[in-house]
Amino acid sequence: MSTVSYSQIVRDGLWTHNTGFVQLLGLCPLLAVSNSVINALGLGLATTLVLLASNTTVSAIRRWLRPEVRIPIFVLVIASFVTAIELAMNAFWHELYNILGIFIPLIVTNCVIIGRAEAFASKQSLPKAALDGLVMGLGFLIALVLLGALREVIGQGTLFSQAHLMFGEAARGMTLHVIPDYRGFLLAILPPGAFIGLGLLIAAKNAIDAGWQRKASQKTVNLQEIET
Amino acid sequence: MTEEVSTLRSMILAAWVLGIFAVLGTGLVALTFNATEERIAANERAALLANLNALVPADRYDNALTEDSVQVVDPALLGTSEPVTVYRAYRDGKPVAVLGAPVAPDGYSGSIRLLVGVYADGTLAGVRVLAHHETPGLGDAIDVSRSDWILGFADKSLERPTEAGWGVKKDGGIFDQFTGATITPRAVVKAVHRFLLYFRQHRDKLFAKSTPGGLEASSGETP
Repeated sequence: MSTVSYSQIVRDGLWTHNTGFVQLLGLCPLLAVSNSVINALGLGLATTLVLLASNTTVSAIRRWLRPEVRIPIFVLVIASFVTAIELAMNAFWHELYNILGIFIPLIVTNCVIIGRAEAFASKQSLPKAALDGLVMGLGFLIALVLLGALREVIGQGTLFSQAHLMFGEAARGMTLHVIPDYRGFLLAILPPGAFIGLGLLIAAKNAIDAGWQRKASQKTVNLQEIET
Repeated sequence: MTEEVSTLRSMILAAWVLGIFAVLGTGLVALTFNATEERIAANERAALLANLNALVPADRYDNALTEDSVQVVDPALLGTSEPVTVYRAYRDGKPVAVLGAPVAPDGYSGSIRLLVGVYADGTLAGVRVLAHHETPGLGDAIDVSRSDWILGFADKSLERPTEAGWGVKKDGGIFDQFTGATITPRAVVKAVHRFLLYFRQHRDKLFAKSTPGGLEASSGETP
């Protein structure tokens, strides 16, 4: 069993192996729901919750898992949690549920969740598996919200529109009109905008990575020069 | 021999493990369902009532609106072969308004589900869009959260405007079309007009307190 440090888990989930930008898993919900920040936030939170719950459970039961039937058991665990969360969402955030409704069951098919159960949670201790579920989910949430913000600003000129669906009537005033009197740019809201936006965000992440690498290699060169 | 036995044993064990998890998973779902069932039903009722009250204000009727409905079928005038629910509002037992959910079958991308409120005298209480798949930014201006266009139906009736006026401006009617989208508003205007025709033909039957299957039979006659 390989040992992974907690900081490594956090770094992997949020950046190095970010499910949205690097592993590119779960693209269907990522592209479909990221047309506004609030939609993205709703699905991101639901996915994070499912990942945390499924990772924790899978790790807790890993001793009793039979290798022959482990995949059906993962599916069972994940499907049960998704159904429970779907019902809870329908009960407590009814309006948001109406918008995200058809994407919640799709969380079951999000390969990230069964992927983490199989590759990580079934081999690691409970706290590590729970943390991995949480940060992997948060990484997905961040990718969703970034893409949602990008598309909402370019497409409608607003941020946090329809926040009251999630945070209640008090949040109606949260909507930011980033660009006043904006006529909207349809492409960003439509599905092609999702692909283009995701492409741009991945490119930005890769550019940042490349920048860091350059700095790091310069540093080592400098160190070598000092030593010699 | 022993190998066979151990294979059998591990198969049975695996089946047990899977069975136990199936029971646990189903149990979790059943518990959550039980805990949320009432709240979900209440949410759905509240959402429906909010939709209805947006058209016919709550102080204009005194019956339990969400529980007083009839199912009607009329593919020609209601735009769908499915039964359409019509809610009936009364005050002191006198008819106040009906609220029906007809369908505009000829939207730009599929059907548009509407909620149309008609007062007993045949004037429109208002129209809202319940569900649609129109192009975001163009056709979705029929949604009240996007533009005020749909509010323009309030106080209209079959006489005001007359027959010729029930169309978008491009077709010689009085209703605005949207820049770049004529098909969507045209479909909505036509569907609202057809619902008014339906109301005129079936007004008394719609408001009748006991409707023992009488409304189901009405077929798509045009006036």
